[in-house]
Amino acid sequence: MEFKTFVFYFLSAILVFAGLRVITARNPVHAALFLVLAFFTASGVWMLLQAEFLAIALVLVYVGAVMVLFLFVVMMLDINLDRLREGFWSYLPLGSIIALLMVAEMGLVLGGNYLGLFENSVPQSSAEYSNVQAVGRLLFTEYVYPFELASVILLVGIIAAVALTQRGKRKNKSVSPSQQVFVKAGDRVRVLQMPAEKSD
Amino acid sequence: MLTLSHFLILGAILFAISVVGIFLNRKNLIIILMSIELMLLAVNLNFIAFSHYLQDLAGQVFVFFILTVAAAESAIGLAILVALFRNLKTIHVDDLDSLKG
Repeated sequence: MEFKTFVFYFLSAILVFAGLRVITARNPVHAALFLVLAFFTASGVWMLLQAEFLAIALVLVYVGAVMVLFLFVVMMLDINLDRLREGFWSYLPLGSIIALLMVAEMGLVLGGNYLGLFENSVPQSSAEYSNVQAVGRLLFTEYVYPFELASVILLVGIIAAVALTQRGKRKNKSVSPSQQVFVKAGDRVRVLQMPAEKSD
Repeated sequence: MLTLSHFLILGAILFAISVVGIFLNRKNLIIILMSIELMLLAVNLNFIAFSHYLQDLAGQVFVFFILTVAAAESAIGLAILVALFRNLKTIHVDDLDSLKG
């Protein structure tokens, strides 16, 4: 067996195992950690497909940011696991029938011979070829407008997440203009009459 | 020899696993969100496999945008989850019936 094929089967086995553990793990923390393993392995598969930039981006963005967020949320919430696991296996027959049907259908379509047409057309890229450079060039020339839109989506995400989780009044000392216009001079300054003390 | 079919079938298996995950964990919102992330990973795998075998980098640019949108989506989803838990003290799907739908 060719070395690349061996690496592919090795990574696929880990990926499928991690995926199965994500959906069956009893503890959500374990599920999140197995999801980290799945993302890490998937980045290895992407590396096999010579998509180096996206493989690194997957590890940085998902393992580094999104999964840490997941772990934070899982640990913040105090959930009753027994109640969430009620009737866990009761939908397994229906779910597995649908999943097996999907895999069988897709396998019949994707495993056919006509998808093998592309194999001859894959040229071996030279050692100087840089995937990062190529993707970057494409991203900043042809796809620069969608790229800007993506940054707007991230900004919307930030603002939405902050607005959703913020609670209570803001604790700053800004004035309320609607109340401020009704203020009278008498409310601000009060003149007190005090008798002068006698000196001895 | 690795063919395109290898990668596409791996993506199909991963997608099916996450569909089963949504069925099994229909009461646990956190695992449902994780299953959705796994689904997006399977889709991205298909994009990258086609991009490699057709020698067209547009597929990888697409995956980049999907990653961006998925990150924003999961951040907002988790924020909704935190707000929900703060108000209801539960994330059990059966308790989320205030809309009487």
